[in-house]
Amino acid sequence: MDALFSAFQARAEAVSSEVHRFPSKAQACDFIAQFLSRESPGTTAVWAGEPWLESGGPVPIVAPQVTRDAAAAAKVGISQMDWALADTGTVVEDASAIDKRLVSTLPSIHIAIVATNSLQPDLATMLAKLHPKQASYISMITGPSRTADIERVLTIGVHGPARLIIVFVDELGSN
Amino acid sequence: MATTTFRQSIYKALHNSNLTGALGRFSEAYRVSRAKAYEGVDFEALRDRIAELKSYAASHLEQLAEAFARNAEAAGAKVFRTNNPQKVNQYILDVARVNGVETVVKSKSMASEEIHLNQYLADAGLSVAETDLGEWVVQLAGERPSHMVMPAIHMTKEQVADLFSKEVNQRLSSDIPQLVRVARNELRTKFLKAGMGISGANIAVAETGSIVIISNEGNARLVTTLPKVHVAIVGIEKLVAAFEDIVPILTALPRSATAQLITSYVSIITGPSPTTDGGMKDLHIILMDNRRTEMSQDPKFKQALNCIRCASCLNVCPVFRLVGGHVFGKIYTGGIGTILTAWFDELKQSEDIQSLCIQCGNCVQVCPAKIDIPDLILELRRRLVQEEGQSLKEKAIFGVVNNRRVFHTMLRAASVAQKPFANEGYIRHLPFFLSGTCEFRSLPAIAEKPFRDRFPKLSQPKSQEKAALYAGCLIDFAYPETGEAVVKVLNKAGIEVVFPEKQTCCGAPARYSGAYEVAAQNAGDNIEALLAEDVKYVVSACPTCTVALKQEFARTFESLAMTEKLARAAELSAKVIDFSSLAAKLVAERRLTLKKGADLGKITYHDSCHLKRTLHAHQPPRELLQKAGYELVEMYEPDMCCGMGGSYSLKLPEISAPILERKLHNIEKTGATLAAMDCPGCAMQIRGGLDKAGSSIQVRHTAELLAEQFE
Repeated sequence: MDALFSAFQARAEAVSSEVHRFPSKAQACDFIAQFLSRESPGTTAVWAGEPWLESGGPVPIVAPQVTRDAAAAAKVGISQMDWALADTGTVVEDASAIDKRLVSTLPSIHIAIVATNSLQPDLATMLAKLHPKQASYISMITGPSRTADIERVLTIGVHGPARLIIVFVDELGSN
Repeated sequence: MATTTFRQSIYKALHNSNLTGALGRFSEAYRVSRAKAYEGVDFEALRDRIAELKSYAASHLEQLAEAFARNAEAAGAKVFRTNNPQKVNQYILDVARVNGVETVVKSKSMASEEIHLNQYLADAGLSVAETDLGEWVVQLAGERPSHMVMPAIHMTKEQVADLFSKEVNQRLSSDIPQLVRVARNELRTKFLKAGMGISGANIAVAETGSIVIISNEGNARLVTTLPKVHVAIVGIEKLVAAFEDIVPILTALPRSATAQLITSYVSIITGPSPTTDGGMKDLHIILMDNRRTEMSQDPKFKQALNCIRCASCLNVCPVFRLVGGHVFGKIYTGGIGTILTAWFDELKQSEDIQSLCIQCGNCVQVCPAKIDIPDLILELRRRLVQEEGQSLKEKAIFGVVNNRRVFHTMLRAASVAQKPFANEGYIRHLPFFLSGTCEFRSLPAIAEKPFRDRFPKLSQPKSQEKAALYAGCLIDFAYPETGEAVVKVLNKAGIEVVFPEKQTCCGAPARYSGAYEVAAQNAGDNIEALLAEDVKYVVSACPTCTVALKQEFARTFESLAMTEKLARAAELSAKVIDFSSLAAKLVAERRLTLKKGADLGKITYHDSCHLKRTLHAHQPPRELLQKAGYELVEMYEPDMCCGMGGSYSLKLPEISAPILERKLHNIEKTGATLAAMDCPGCAMQIRGGLDKAGSSIQVRHTAELLAEQFE
């Protein structure tokens, strides 16, 4: 698992993702709480319902009712992903639920929480386990939103988040 | 001959320094970053897999479309299938009307541009916004995309700032991050307001009814998430049979398109998902045919449906990087675009643009779907000539080439007629039928005595082992010394060279102009001439001729269904070999030994397109020259075309000249005083360019350089 994580981290950081790993949920909650108070003081984050975050500590987040307006107004969106792919630094989620998509598309920062043992070596391995009949909208995310459409200059943050923060939690069980 | 409008568009593109500068820099960076993206990937195995699965799909379009529709509908989508582009537009407008849609946001869809959807919806009173940044820029400018993956690559940040300033009514600077922020804010409002999102799809999976959409900016996710209605327009060539088939395509597409391991976002959509108002998405998938089924039934053009739209064929094309996409006049650009335009519009529309292909074969090497684009372009040429007839000028030329006696008499006459103009072996003004705009290079003088007249006077050792020398027009009539060098080298190995008198033009000029009947006549004459005597090898020091003899005679016969000729063509093909490969073989067999200890100085080597990419013989000349004692200094892009392309340099000198200029620059930068190559055509182009530029760098055929270096 550590080898997969190292491979993931190298690939993900190469495309401007920020990668963190914590042994426990409590430590992850602390990190997120601190991150929010530092990066987004006075504003709120939206999150797509992972109950353990709520109980994990003093995370200043809004109620898990993610509306289009709340997501559009929030600076930070938080969601838990289902898989991570080591060979490309990609996180993957069944985003059939609308709130999952709203929190990862509209805010300018997306915090993606992943169970460390959901790491897979590559896309083929993952797709063998996730059938589209069970998920009407599968989202694969690799780094922040980017463009090179003006004079081929790489610019981060176009229509999607400008920052992607990936938080691995060892204590979380995978699917 | 090219139309005036077409020539004007080429002129305009060549004089747009933003365009040529941006494309030139991009093509150089692309080569490096693409290679890096493919590190650790077996590209050949990957593209074999893609070609296989796409080819299967193209052979089963009806079956896959039917399965896709059934599975997507079972998942809750509405699927509409049509061959008629107008019906696609009408269907989308109807869906908009039923849902009371006033504004539409679109993520990139080439299929929608094929059918001019934006205009259609705008005429019906809808407001339509492209949301891919490059597409939006192009939409605001009222232009067409100039590149499939980078639609606005032809524009500067200043031009974009002007467009955006008008749009937001505020003077903006040309700071790119600021411009991107403006686009985000402007389009965000449109995303949140839109009643309908329209997208394309990169893959459609028959087995599951899923569509796969990739993007980097995140606009496709918003287009498919926020509006209540989602319409996906899918060309049926996007169909694949099985869900697992998406893996090889997702492995190759980002690497080939933008040199990424994967794009920022990949969305796999299977049926409707919930919307923000608590209901379910109204998902419509349109399977658009627009002549794709017809294409799949054409034995030659079926392979063009393998295309996954990565545009790597544009990125490596020496012509595209000079002229960009707008000269192609339609939605799809570059080599593959020429083919798609001929089908999705009409064959006639490709008449001018097919002539842009110089047949260098760069695109064949990188195509992740193994499409032989240059070959398909030749087929377009052939069909155009069938439909429209050959131009009078070409007819006259091929009338001559097709008659060996007349042709050779004319070349001999030329050697006399040019006398007043020739100067140290170069012609600065051309004699009669080769005239055209050739100001950018000097041309060789036609030899006073062609090789065929010099050959009988060469003294050779007798031997049982014989090789027939196929000279080709350039060595025969312009560079007989190259032919003599070949004879000398083979004699050293104890091989006696014969020169079958009845050999004639290899037919490449006719074939590359679509005149297949002429090429077939040339092929038949040569086969009989070269097989008349029992020889072990048929050797040529011209890679274009070698490819003609070895591969194209058979392909020409196949195209014309002259199957009775194929056996003799195969018999000849088995004996044909290019000079350097034969010399290297003889060295390996220890029948030739290079002199030891020579220090012959710095040399650089130019790869001829046919030698490198068709015959795959880029190593033999390098090894031989280095063993002989030359210090090889590789030039930048040694295997990039020199711009000759046979008659291409006469038909489109305005493009040939800047390609040559780049090549000369790269040669000069090596500091070598000698440039070696294996093709007399390249030698003619490069030598002529260096002479015109007053350079002292010498150009020599590998055979000439080696002739004195064997023991």
